[in-house]
Amino acid sequence: MNKVFWVLLIVLGLAAPWLTYPVFAMKLLCFALFACAFNLLLGYVGLLSFGHAAFFGGAAYITGHVITAWGFGPLPGILTGTLFAMMLGAIFGALAIRRQGIYFAMITLALAQIIFFLALKLPFTGGENGLQGIPRGTLLGVFDLNEPITMYYFVFAVFMVGFLIIYRTIHSPFGQILTAIRENEPRARSLGYNVERFKLIAFTLSATLAGTAGATKAVIFQFASLTDVHWQMSGEVVLMTLLGGMGTLFGPIAGAAAVITLQDELASFGSWVQVAIGGIFVVCVLLFRRGFVGELARLVKAKSS
Amino acid sequence: MNIDAILAQTMLGLSQGVFYAMLSLGLAIIFGLLNVINFAHGALYMLGAFVALIGYSYIGPWLGYPDFQMGFWWALIVAPLVVACFGMLMERFMLRRLYQFDHIYGLLLTFGVALVLQGVLSNYFNISGTAYPATPESLRGIVNLGFMYFPKYRLFAIVLSVIVCFATWYMIERTSLGAVLRAGQENPKLVEAFGINVPRMITLTFGFGVALAALAGVLAAPIYSVSPLMGADLIITVFAVVVIGGMGSILGAIVTGLTLGLVQGLTQALYPPAANTVIFFIMVVVLLIRPAGLFGKAEG
Repeated sequence: MNKVFWVLLIVLGLAAPWLTYPVFAMKLLCFALFACAFNLLLGYVGLLSFGHAAFFGGAAYITGHVITAWGFGPLPGILTGTLFAMMLGAIFGALAIRRQGIYFAMITLALAQIIFFLALKLPFTGGENGLQGIPRGTLLGVFDLNEPITMYYFVFAVFMVGFLIIYRTIHSPFGQILTAIRENEPRARSLGYNVERFKLIAFTLSATLAGTAGATKAVIFQFASLTDVHWQMSGEVVLMTLLGGMGTLFGPIAGAAAVITLQDELASFGSWVQVAIGGIFVVCVLLFRRGFVGELARLVKAKSS
Repeated sequence: MNIDAILAQTMLGLSQGVFYAMLSLGLAIIFGLLNVINFAHGALYMLGAFVALIGYSYIGPWLGYPDFQMGFWWALIVAPLVVACFGMLMERFMLRRLYQFDHIYGLLLTFGVALVLQGVLSNYFNISGTAYPATPESLRGIVNLGFMYFPKYRLFAIVLSVIVCFATWYMIERTSLGAVLRAGQENPKLVEAFGINVPRMITLTFGFGVALAALAGVLAAPIYSVSPLMGADLIITVFAVVVIGGMGSILGAIVTGLTLGLVQGLTQALYPPAANTVIFFIMVVVLLIRPAGLFGKAEG
């Protein structure tokens, strides 16, 4: 079944600019990468972070700043943002893994709130307005990213690189140990694995790729705002992962597509978007905890056996 | 910076601290029995304030009795009851289905409920806040504390909250009802064998915990304006308070809440830019030196 998904992903990914607005497709890919990065942590290590907006939004701000104020190109800009998210992830991770379960969620949420206040108060962030007018620039001095189609394929490339890193991580011995920790932490520990170290590496990797997604978002939309670092953003990425199916490779992509489409369709209804998102959360948690892809995989498995 | 200004900020910090204390107390009681972190706690605090506001300004005209107004004293009783009923329905029909699964599902469910409540009220009320006009005449004005003049209402809020917090502590730690509750945390099966209806006890406990949040909401209404978002940022700070204190002890939740309010007030006096974040930084320090929290037991 995974083969079908791979073909679908690549075909749809390549054809997307002709199927929908390029900006919408780019937004979708950004959030899909964000959700996949988040899923690496929630789905494969079983750690629920409620602070991933800090990495997503933090990287968006840093990328925006180095491009606007220091004249970085788009690629070095995104790499700087990603590097920032990596360092932040290592710090937050080292603190948060000292507690488990729901404490872990509360700690990440509180830590992310520090980043939110910094984004509000620091001199370079533009306060309530955020950073605006970030130039897209020219990729490697050759490709003009103001061209929507060129920009799209650049974003698609970034997404695929991030996605392949996640795929390789999950299907490596390292990924197997992560799953073992999720299933039975004391057992993994008794087998001699340094559980804290594995959790920290996974957390940092997840934060790094979330940062890549946020940095790319800043280049696409040419702004970074408080919405990107707000706790609601952390909540949205949880929903995308949950809705698509946590612990499945392709689930977060489907979840991100569903949530982004929904937000797009309901954009004119004000706060009802929030009500819809909250309602989906409740229904999802109560009725289908495996998510779209998880349920689908179960059906296929039931049929074939 | 003179000593009077510091004392003034300390008192203001204390009046913030009582809200932290009441909210983290409710979270701790719920967590103790249900093992659920109630993300909707902030939204229910907000709902309490809205019940008071709607009861005073809107419900009369809606029902066709334009003269009917539910005053502040009634709101102190009615709002916690209404919100407790809402909370108990939520526990009975939603949370109860999730106890057999991983604890994070309870957190996610209550997060969804919080978004729904916030979203619905945002559609009908101004998100920058509506003033609560029904502060009783007897609580208006200021009072001379000897070292400063302090708003009478804030003093009332502090005194009432502290009384409620310690009454709750007494009930849980010193009465037979509390003993049953604590036994239910340790071993629900055994308590059930003694003929106590544990599921009902869980529902009532959840109701009591959220009633505390609603009471805090009513008390906050005259101080801060009533807004759909008033609980959202507060709950994150309260989570940090809970991480600092640890949820092992009722008294710990109260003391941590009050102390951190004081610390925040002092920071406001000494270095205002850090006032919003000081609690989060304290959390970081506590995690580094004593990961289980100041009053917490080590996790298994």
